[in-house]
Amino acid sequence: MSVRTLPLVFINLGGEMLYILDQRLQALNTSEDNSEKGVWSENDRRRVMNDIVGAMFSKDFMDELLKPQQLYSHRTLKTVLTRLAHASIMRLNQASMDKLYELMVMAFKYQVFLCPRPKDLLLITYNHIDTIRGFVRHTPVVVNQVDETHRKIIEVYSSLPEGEFQLLRQTLLIFFQDMHVRVSLFLKNKVQNPNGRFALSASGPVPHGIDVPGLIRMFDRKGREVSRSEFPTGGSYTSPIREGCFELHGDRVIRLGMTMYTGNNPEETHTSKASSVKKDDAPNLLAKEELNLLARLMGSMKAENTPETETGFRINLFTTDQEEEYAGASEGAAQSLFRVINIQAMQDEQAATQLARIAGQFAEGDKLPEDLSSSKGDDLLAMMDDL
Amino acid sequence: MYHKEKSIQIKNSASALYNNLGVLRIAPRRLTYFTVVHANVVNMVSASWDGLNYSHRQLQSKEPNVATSTSLITQAAFCALPSRDLLVVTSQKGIQMYESDGSIMVYWHALDTPETATELLCVPAQAVFARGISAVCESYICVGLSTGAILVFDVPSKGSNITLSDVMEGHKESITDMASECCGGEVCIADLVSADDGGNLCVWQSGEEFKLLNHIPGFDISCSSVKLWKGTVVAGYGTGQIRLYEAVTGILHAEVNAHARWIYSLDIAPFSGLLLSAAEDSLVRVWHLTMTPESHSVEIAHLYNECVTDTQICGAKFCDGDGYAFAVTGYDLSEIIRYTQS
Repeated sequence: MSVRTLPLVFINLGGEMLYILDQRLQALNTSEDNSEKGVWSENDRRRVMNDIVGAMFSKDFMDELLKPQQLYSHRTLKTVLTRLAHASIMRLNQASMDKLYELMVMAFKYQVFLCPRPKDLLLITYNHIDTIRGFVRHTPVVVNQVDETHRKIIEVYSSLPEGEFQLLRQTLLIFFQDMHVRVSLFLKNKVQNPNGRFALSASGPVPHGIDVPGLIRMFDRKGREVSRSEFPTGGSYTSPIREGCFELHGDRVIRLGMTMYTGNNPEETHTSKASSVKKDDAPNLLAKEELNLLARLMGSMKAENTPETETGFRINLFTTDQEEEYAGASEGAAQSLFRVINIQAMQDEQAATQLARIAGQFAEGDKLPEDLSSSKGDDLLAMMDDL
Repeated sequence: MYHKEKSIQIKNSASALYNNLGVLRIAPRRLTYFTVVHANVVNMVSASWDGLNYSHRQLQSKEPNVATSTSLITQAAFCALPSRDLLVVTSQKGIQMYESDGSIMVYWHALDTPETATELLCVPAQAVFARGISAVCESYICVGLSTGAILVFDVPSKGSNITLSDVMEGHKESITDMASECCGGEVCIADLVSADDGGNLCVWQSGEEFKLLNHIPGFDISCSSVKLWKGTVVAGYGTGQIRLYEAVTGILHAEVNAHARWIYSLDIAPFSGLLLSAAEDSLVRVWHLTMTPESHSVEIAHLYNECVTDTQICGAKFCDGDGYAFAVTGYDLSEIIRYTQS
């Protein structure tokens, strides 16, 4: 419904992706310089962050997102986010990307669900942007990109009325409907119940601009208040906290959108699906509109970082035997995606060339660089397997 | 005052949309129909009063052509006219009208949306959709649009010769909800009220040409749900407030700080004056409205609360005209929860 969801979706989901990557990268071996092979240095980590943030906040990409358009399918979103992740020297396999996507979406769903007022979606977005700015603070060029994007978001969204924000929020909630993946960190913090649903409390401060429930006022025909009475609310609400800052820098006040991942405890990101989740197996035809969007978004990103001179770092973020199986199964789904794209491509020449190029890049991207023995990749894999 | 009954399971979960529950009571067949919107599908359940038989049906939103992506539904509501009952479904692409059991689509009205071709310039900067449905008196069905316009359809007593007879311009912002009351034998001045995203309310008198009787300004907060009862407008807002206005004059009778979050649904049981309010704060509240003819005003008293744990409620309706039972839907919930008076 809302035609303004994409920028917020990508910044928030991208932000969650970076939070998780940051946590994973921090957990690895560190060395002071680059000299030791197979070991991640601070520079390596910064480079990964800079590359991804640079791709995400690039002017061309953001301009495409800011055009008014519908929110399409999870498949399209996942494809673009994978491409963003691959703007760095990191390589994620299908299983890792799927789990990463689940985590990102559940975190954002939680934030949107609990958002106090629809307008506070912006504060959640700004929390993500603030933290991202911190990740790339050593690279002024990228910081500038982030600031520019932030300014554009402020310009476009600040004047939207509350009703439009609620429409945006409803569009996002419909998009996240029926996703109840349980995340161990959320379960531990009691923000999520064992059945996968988020906890909603009937107490605490009311959102800014809302009055504490409980009061009934009656007026006479001249507008004078003639009586006041109270009713039991069944909750324990308190007066609102101050409003967060909607400028480039400032105290956002609400904490939704800030990272929940502390330290380097990989246990936090364990996920499990609730029993009644339905799988999106059917390869439904991507509508022409959606394919066009995909082509434009991919086209607007910097060329994918295909490591030719150096070996790429292949990361399995979450590796278990089950997931190797799952990876096999989802390869099949990925194949059918390519088939669908090819068929559609015949109808539209312009989309065809771009998409053929993209499809080709995906096929190449999945192949492992041969020489892994001396790369950091092997050690990473070994380390991840131990988790 | 109320206790929980056995829920009705539905095929999909409810979407986070205003007024997301439709109820139609068919007394002669001892059945009640329920409708709940899930993305681009309307889930219909027909429930027998003895609780033994449930039958399900799903209605899809109509796609103009294959090249466009699915059209999200904004609302599904029953329109009870003297001669017939219809189910009206509004979406991003248009307005569908079905026989009340969902068996046949009798009318389709496409919205003027520019087709999104390869040029992005065609895409409007604002969302386009229909929302806000109400039957009005003898033979009209009114549907609101995201532009603020209201379409008036003339409905014959049977058949599919439904025609667009009027377009009312009274709002500048997207319509959120509409409501009417038919006064039967009594003289009725106002019979339709419409609400928009800015909290503005328009009060209309139906006829060959609908007449705008009054405009009650809002405070830049959406009025998400509105009802009309005995000449009183009952409006629920994004601030969690409920306000009672005298329809024709706009005089404010009462203001209630009813909920801690956005109100999503209001309903009135016309014979008893019971009012139901439901919000994202997970609470359903029951109130009592009383007319006081001496002071020409309406009073509101609180009766009952029900908390639907961890659920942002999106639809709440009485199942009968006395308010003996009510039903509730919530975002991401695949059931219709029912309550009956103890």
